Amino acid sequence: MSDSTQDERIKDISPLRQALVRPELGSIAGAIIVFLFFGFLAFDSGMFSPRGVLNWSTVSAQFMIIAVGACLLMIAGEFDLSVGSMIGFAGMMIAIFSVTLQWPVWTSICVTFVLCIALGALNGYIVIRTGLPSFIVTLAFLFILRGFTIFFPQLIERKTIIGGVSDAADGDWLASLFGGKVGEPVFVWLADLGLIDVFERGSRAGQPVVDGIPALILWAIGLVIFGHFVLTRTRFGNWIFASGGDAQAARYAGVPVNRVKILMFMFSAFCACVFATCQVMEFGSAGADRGLLKEFEAIIAVVIGGALLTGGYGSVIGAALGALIFGVVQQGLFFAGVESSLFRVFLGVLLLAAVILNTYIRRIITGEK
Amino acid sequence: MDPLFEMQDVEKHFGTVIALGGVNFSVSEGECHCLLGDNGAGKSTLIKTMSGVHAPTSGRLLMRGQEVRFEDPRQAISQGIATVYQDLAMIPLMSVSRNFFMGNEPIKRRFGFNLFDHEQADKVTMDEMRKMGINLRGPHQAVGTLSGGERQTVAIARAVYFGAKVLILDEPTSALGVRQTANVLATVDRVRKNGIAVVFITHNVRHALAVGDRFTVLNRGKTLGTANKGEITPEELQDLMAGGQELVELESSLGGTV
Ligand SMILES: Nc1ncnc2c1ncn2[C@@H]1O[C@H](COP(=O)(O)OP(=O)(O)OP(=O)(O)O)[C@@H](O)[C@H]1O
Ligand SMILES: [Mg+2]
Repeated sequence: MSDSTQDERIKDISPLRQALVRPELGSIAGAIIVFLFFGFLAFDSGMFSPRGVLNWSTVSAQFMIIAVGACLLMIAGEFDLSVGSMIGFAGMMIAIFSVTLQWPVWTSICVTFVLCIALGALNGYIVIRTGLPSFIVTLAFLFILRGFTIFFPQLIERKTIIGGVSDAADGDWLASLFGGKVGEPVFVWLADLGLIDVFERGSRAGQPVVDGIPALILWAIGLVIFGHFVLTRTRFGNWIFASGGDAQAARYAGVPVNRVKILMFMFSAFCACVFATCQVMEFGSAGADRGLLKEFEAIIAVVIGGALLTGGYGSVIGAALGALIFGVVQQGLFFAGVESSLFRVFLGVLLLAAVILNTYIRRIITGEK
Repeated sequence: MDPLFEMQDVEKHFGTVIALGGVNFSVSEGECHCLLGDNGAGKSTLIKTMSGVHAPTSGRLLMRGQEVRFEDPRQAISQGIATVYQDLAMIPLMSVSRNFFMGNEPIKRRFGFNLFDHEQADKVTMDEMRKMGINLRGPHQAVGTLSGGERQTVAIARAVYFGAKVLILDEPTSALGVRQTANVLATVDRVRKNGIAVVFITHNVRHALAVGDRFTVLNRGKTLGTANKGEITPEELQDLMAGGQELVELESSLGGTV
């Protein structure tokens, strides 16, 4: 072992560069900047009152739910452009099963989950079998599922929105897992202490303005923890990285790449279905246009979170922060009274900045020129 | 000595392309058997057949005299046949330790879950790399930042750690400079002395002669012959590889520089 020690020409990496290599870094910085920005711009607007906080956390949580699925799938080296259509489709199926067919809501939800996860598996199976880019395969499903989502309710009820889910869901144990709230007594107690405002008048006079944490937020937190845990702490997580980093190399090492990828497509569909179920329970109806553009919002959140579009690198925590940035900016602009169309401008700029930063980071990690 | 692993009359066709047309090849414990041949001779195909990536179209594979059949690389690995591919099968974006244990992650049980035991993985990686003479900056260094020779060594160390009995190296020195080549050849020597059967693929005659005990030349999917160390000169080997005649002419026109 004579001259085989470390090459003395390699410079020590500065701590800054080392920190830069963590995928979450950009999104942590972004989140801090966004909070500071709206802290100054919109502090008096009620954005940071309990109701304001609930407002933007709910929106962020929606983004988070689909971002977790998109994140793991992107790290595994694939995309799912059918997420938005899947959301519309899942919501419509729940409404058709429970309202039109009068099935119990819990049955409707379970059947819809099975259906969506099966469709996710089909997406994955076609991608693996044909070797086509997942971009194209899931783009096809974007249209197929959206088409059915518009076709079914028109065929059955001659309209594109099916309502009445709330009545059907009343008292259903599974529905409350998606549409319910938790911690009501705590919020009543906080209101009694004067920490939360109460309604002054109207039918809910005397009740706290924020009366519980929506199940949606708990789903988001749960999925983020689950995704992060699986990715960083388990053997399967290593397989996800490996499948996306270089599928052939992973196969040679004995990683069941096809299984990993198909499972991630199924998980992405599962997340879309969670989103849809929460939404249907909240609105009490399903609409054929629900979930439009959600696939792109999920992908953008993931990219802001530091994942590489080429796969093999990324972080669920980063994606969750990306979703938080999204939610805070979208609602913050609203609170600050800024024209909401500017949100899209912001989104585009942010996406570009994130991708450029990620490409730079990739060069640092791989030592490419 | 009886061969540890043997291939008999192995053929491999890709559609109409006959990549291997009846090849015999064997390797024993502690032996380094060099497989030489020009581009497209079928070297990579031969070792992919050995390691379960391709099923042979016909012919037999024997491990310790017993016929074996590999459905996939996993089965070959479980029989102790490990391969370091030309493209290394390492993932540049992942850390050395995650790469080292890719597909064989160590597990610890916590709260009823099977978790990836990162401490164990990091420790073993650092130890094994040190044994191979490479001091990493840390187990979390991305493989992409390692030099070509260091990557080769990680891949070899990984194969040896996971119980390789037959270690197949596909052109490990082809992309390396002088010093890194020397390191890799030293690693091969170290591995062979531990009783592992090494199959070393290269087009470089000097690299082959530096570590090889036996030499087989492959040309257009057929073996042109096998020679033991000391029975063949570099020139003869070189001629065999190029199919004899042409190189002699080439050599004279280039003034003996090839
Ligand atoms: N999967 C495949 N499908 C079709 N033909 C193939 C396949 N793999 C290899 N071949 C063909 O088989 C022949 C032998 O290829 P192989 O890769 O084994 O050569 P090699 O000796 O490893 O060459 P090199 O020195 O360039 O690595 C070539 O003609 C190649 O085109
Ligand atoms: Mg080759």
